[in-house]
Amino acid sequence: MSTAIAEVPVESRMHYLNASYGIKSWLFTTDHKRIALLYLGSITLMFFIGGAAAVMMRLHLIEPAGALVQPETYNKLFTMHGVIMVFFFLVPSIPATLGNFLVPMMIGARDLAFPRLNLLSWYVYITGGAITLYALISGGVDTGWTFYAPLSTHYVTTHVIATSLGVFINGFSSILTGLNFIVTIHKMRAPGMTWKRMPLFLWSMYATSVIFVLATPVIAIAMVLIGAERLLHVGIFDPAIGGDPVLFQHLFWFYSHPVVYIMILPGMGVVSELVTCFAKKKPFGYIFIAYSSLAIAMISFFVWGHHMFVSSQSVYAGFIFSALSFAVAIPSAIKVFNWTATLYKGSISYQAPMLYALGFIGLFTMGGLTGLFLASLATDVHLHDTYFVIAHFHYIMVGGAVMAYLGGIHFWWPKITGRLYHDGWARLAALVIFVGFNLTFFPQYMLGYLGMPRRYAVYPAEFQVLNVLSSAGASILGMGYLIPFVYLLWSIRYGPVAGSNPWGAKGLEWETPSPPPTDNFEETPRITEEPYGYAEPEHAHV
Amino acid sequence: MDHLYFFLTGLTLFFTFLIFATIFYFMIKYRRRSEQERPPATQQSLPLEISWIAIPSLICVFLFLWGASLFFAAARPPQGAMEIFVVGKQWMWHLQHPEGQREINQLHIPVDVPVRLTMTSEDVIHDFFVPAFRMKMDVLPGRYTSEWFQATKPGSYHLFCAQYCGTLHSGMTGTIEVMTPTDYAQWLRDNASTRSMAESGQELFTRLGCDTCHLADGSGAGPVLQGRFGKQVTLRDGQNLAMDEAYTRQAILDPASLPLPNYRPVMPTFRGQVSEEQILQLIAYIKSLGSGERTQVP
Repeated sequence: MSTAIAEVPVESRMHYLNASYGIKSWLFTTDHKRIALLYLGSITLMFFIGGAAAVMMRLHLIEPAGALVQPETYNKLFTMHGVIMVFFFLVPSIPATLGNFLVPMMIGARDLAFPRLNLLSWYVYITGGAITLYALISGGVDTGWTFYAPLSTHYVTTHVIATSLGVFINGFSSILTGLNFIVTIHKMRAPGMTWKRMPLFLWSMYATSVIFVLATPVIAIAMVLIGAERLLHVGIFDPAIGGDPVLFQHLFWFYSHPVVYIMILPGMGVVSELVTCFAKKKPFGYIFIAYSSLAIAMISFFVWGHHMFVSSQSVYAGFIFSALSFAVAIPSAIKVFNWTATLYKGSISYQAPMLYALGFIGLFTMGGLTGLFLASLATDVHLHDTYFVIAHFHYIMVGGAVMAYLGGIHFWWPKITGRLYHDGWARLAALVIFVGFNLTFFPQYMLGYLGMPRRYAVYPAEFQVLNVLSSAGASILGMGYLIPFVYLLWSIRYGPVAGSNPWGAKGLEWETPSPPPTDNFEETPRITEEPYGYAEPEHAHV
Repeated sequence: MDHLYFFLTGLTLFFTFLIFATIFYFMIKYRRRSEQERPPATQQSLPLEISWIAIPSLICVFLFLWGASLFFAAARPPQGAMEIFVVGKQWMWHLQHPEGQREINQLHIPVDVPVRLTMTSEDVIHDFFVPAFRMKMDVLPGRYTSEWFQATKPGSYHLFCAQYCGTLHSGMTGTIEVMTPTDYAQWLRDNASTRSMAESGQELFTRLGCDTCHLADGSGAGPVLQGRFGKQVTLRDGQNLAMDEAYTRQAILDPASLPLPNYRPVMPTFRGQVSEEQILQLIAYIKSLGSGERTQVP
């Protein structure tokens, strides 16, 4: 507990944080590292807003009749939780913060290909976010984050238009970021940085960017059509005016299934980096991990129908979507097996980032395997739209994506800020989050099997015990998320100076000082060796 | 289905245990003992990669086939299933037996008899979910969906709306009362309706003036309906359709979209004049006029 609050000498070296001061130098910056921090601040705010909604929901569900709010308010809470967490936290989480910060550094470039476009994407995000927050504060919206028609286009009286406008606008920020990454990775790699020398994180960012660019337009179209039907009564989805409600589901899931991989692929990239670094091992099956990212991105476009097995979609379409959904399990399994094999004969240390990474592997494995229940047609008929689904995707998105995000933040924090946080607190937080998470969501698998439908503000009394367990877990989980918030902020001012490479990690970003200079590198690096050379003799005595 | 479920649970436990155990074993065995230690270079192993691609793939193919075959069977109701008509609307379930008994948020059925539901919605998308029967199906406005089940034990079971449908979604629940055949017969007698669904349909048929054109002897301005239900209909453009529930509904609401050869398109739409429940009654009446082979709602 001896946090060395040693006085740190004022650094004289210039870096990206002290290159210029004042609010304008941030709001008009085109430095990818500063934009990453702008994103970090805004998505953290969104995370806590979305998290507050979740806390209220879990409190409400302690009693079968509802302990806190009216059903109407409950519906608004889960809509707010879904919209904010999906569109404004999970989608930008790793790509817009760590991706923005690391993509140029990992390939040895000075910035992204289009720095001003990068800044624009943040402003687009802020605009979309502000409109959505306005809608949520000025009365809320109660369609669920899925906006199913004709409920959303005709029957609800809440702020559907404003919310869908916010989501629509926000989509462009994803597209711009994806475009920027693709061009940067293609065109701006330093001499000698061949594709197969790229860190695995970049492969996953590349795969993610492809989904950004190809899938996001479809949700934008779906949102526009919702607006057109609601405002102008053009019959698109509502059968009463000649539309087809299932069409909306196709459009919606054509984006919203790939978006799951937008959330998890970057997490897989982060974990690939963490596992190799803390095991001091070159990754087992580098090329398999890299290509499986691309495979996941590709297959992800062809599985959307597994959200619609009971939607009146044809039985034969169900067959095809079920088979393809099983197929997407394979590249995910490849990654898990390869990470595990990387540990073999390694030299494993358990600093906080590694704990998050191991937590990710465990939770992702469970989340992934329970996905098989939902890919299988017969079991999905029973489990669809129950708490089983909620548990499954929270294991992937929270147990997976958020764990990896936190692991990544902890890993690169010394690089971003130049300071070290207190490792003991960080390990404690990782543990609290892991325990809290499992207690929150494991009971929900059982609730789902027993038949409790999702989005229920009141429920039969026999489900109470499991719901109380889940709520108890949520309070631990919530606490767990607050701890890093505190010690990370603390470290910015009081943490010990990190040095350029506190973990003994490989990769270009560790060869430049922390925090990096505005131009990232003093001179353009030349890459002459394979990545992850942890076993090279000259590094043995570091 | 539960066998598949428990098989999957076993599989999940097995793999979770496998991964966890391996990771924990490696975590302890290969923990860093000194900062100086240098791990050996990573060996790559193609056979290992191939085996952990191939084995999960085979398992997945097996799981797919198992799940798909159960699903296929569940999508095909057996011949002669008892029929129940369901209309969902915000936020209640209207159910009607062919004999005319109406129920709200409650359904009485006999045990060990297959029951087929024909369902539609007055407004948004709902979903008829009975966890105990492992069965759910969306209930959509503007079309018919169906599901079937066969209860194996008398008792009362939860009915939930599983598709989020607005403010009181979680109040759109009910019970399925599964009764022994004698109890059920008693219940039917106690709740005997003055009119069966077909009789209500017949009354509507007359009241709406359908009978002025759809004459039994073929002399009317509209086609004969007697003995037609379930048979093939050939449209003016040569398209062949089965005259099922969905076809009949469309013919009532949007007759212009189904032009028949030899008949002038003079039938007006009845959209707005009949409720979904009344359409179901009309269909029951038309069915009672004699039908071809049984058809399935897609």
